[in-house]
Amino acid sequence: MVEAVKSPEFPVKEYKTGNKDTVLPYNWALGPTWTKFFNGLKEEKILGTRCKKCNRVLVPARTFCPSCYKDMEDEEWVEVAQEGTVETWCLVNYKYYGQPKEPPYIIAQICLDRADCSVTHFIGGFDLSDPDKVREKMKSVSRIKAVWSKEKHADIYDIAYFEPV
Amino acid sequence: MQKVGIVEVAMTPGTESSLSLMEFTYKPVKEVLDKAGLRRDQVGTYVLASTDIMHSGMSCANAFDWDAAGAFMKPASREEGDGITAFIYGCMRIMSGRHDTALVVGLIKGSENAENDTITSCFADPFYSRPLGIQETTAAAMQMRLYLERYGITEEQCAKVVVKNLGNALFNPYAHIKKRVSVEDVLKSERICDPLKAMECAPKSDGVCAMLLASEEKARKLTNNPVWLKGWGSSMDTFYLGDRDLLDTQLKTAAVGAYKMAGISDPRKEIDVAEICEPYAFQELLWCEELGFCAQGQGGKLIDSGVTQIAGDLPVNPSGGVLATNPYVSRGLYRVAEAALQIRGEAGQHQLDKKVNTALACAGYGFAGQWHGVAILGN
Repeated sequence: MVEAVKSPEFPVKEYKTGNKDTVLPYNWALGPTWTKFFNGLKEEKILGTRCKKCNRVLVPARTFCPSCYKDMEDEEWVEVAQEGTVETWCLVNYKYYGQPKEPPYIIAQICLDRADCSVTHFIGGFDLSDPDKVREKMKSVSRIKAVWSKEKHADIYDIAYFEPV
Repeated sequence: MQKVGIVEVAMTPGTESSLSLMEFTYKPVKEVLDKAGLRRDQVGTYVLASTDIMHSGMSCANAFDWDAAGAFMKPASREEGDGITAFIYGCMRIMSGRHDTALVVGLIKGSENAENDTITSCFADPFYSRPLGIQETTAAAMQMRLYLERYGITEEQCAKVVVKNLGNALFNPYAHIKKRVSVEDVLKSERICDPLKAMECAPKSDGVCAMLLASEEKARKLTNNPVWLKGWGSSMDTFYLGDRDLLDTQLKTAAVGAYKMAGISDPRKEIDVAEICEPYAFQELLWCEELGFCAQGQGGKLIDSGVTQIAGDLPVNPSGGVLATNPYVSRGLYRVAEAALQIRGEAGQHQLDKKVNTALACAGYGFAGQWHGVAILGN
């Protein structure tokens, strides 16, 4: 999913230097739980699973509760809210090989209503060019909500980003 | 517990080497063997630390490492993660009574690798975290913002860590980045991942560290100045950032384990020097809290007080730490080596101006410090 945004340039060295990009094909199984989670995104639903032991709703949905170490697969699926609060965030304003999108962009940990953990996603929908103004703006933001991509592929980019309410 | 001693250490500078990875690995291993007066076949067992993705992207660790380390036709194994676990694995092999010497090697040529952030992106799951740009810098930046907001730590206090560590590195011949910088220089450096500034992030360095370990009896034969392992603890946190409190890491658990084993009840008083793993400046302050050097949320005041300066009561990273030299994978072994040199009084220009009896070396990796290992060394 991560695509190269630029080719790296290697420094010239004293001795002969070999340069090589390595590209290897892989196939990754998502399994039933994450397939259902990503299919949910395609229908504009954010799904978590509730652990019957600790009662926590974890998002993205899990096959097992990592803390209680028990199955969650056949347990309660919960559609969590598409709105929530920001736990923490950073403003990515530099380039590196293979990054997911053109900077600047905000990555955040977001506490969605009805979930008992935070989720990672982008925050956007306003001008990100000045880090000081972004800080000011983020201080004033109390609630954010999901903005859905028009074209969906049952992947994490079906949510385009979260924006201030 | 059977005693295990560090007999000799050797390391390369962190700056870019024009040697091939294989030649680069050979040199410090040969140096350690020569210092100890041993042939490679006289070493009982070998433990190497390297990781294929950071093996200059060549993967072929088995093609280069065993010959370079002189480890073939020997009980030898290789571990990923951090070199400090290769150290502890080597100690355990000696404690088993099966071997009386172990040679531990951590190796990397960061200069040949892709950028740290490109590589650490691959440490994220490919379906959820990776496509959202989670890698070590972005995770650390989010951890830093929480740290600033929850405890009122200031960006100036975080910048002081850079000033201290790059300044200490001026006196370390093995350091990669060494310079006098001011708090203003740090604060004005590029805001690459707000709140993280460019100068608050570790470089990617070359670095091979080789260390000869021995049983008590053997160590006393090989050196007049052995450094003993006194305690060890480690702990791994769950993966997803959203499932964790990023300011309550497993370093606490690792430290408690190490202190218990070493019989340390007041780390602030009983530890003479600490070499810790701070790829991002603020992490040194947070890790100091979690190591019990100060109370929770007091990491900013700790650096303000001067205690962690090279001439302070509890110097932290007199070598310059990871901010100065970041040979990923071997950086934890460098921490152990630096701590051992301080105890032996052989740290050279950055030797502390006091008797060092007990030293702490810790290492970590993963997003926002998912894993931590803490070793206590003593004379």
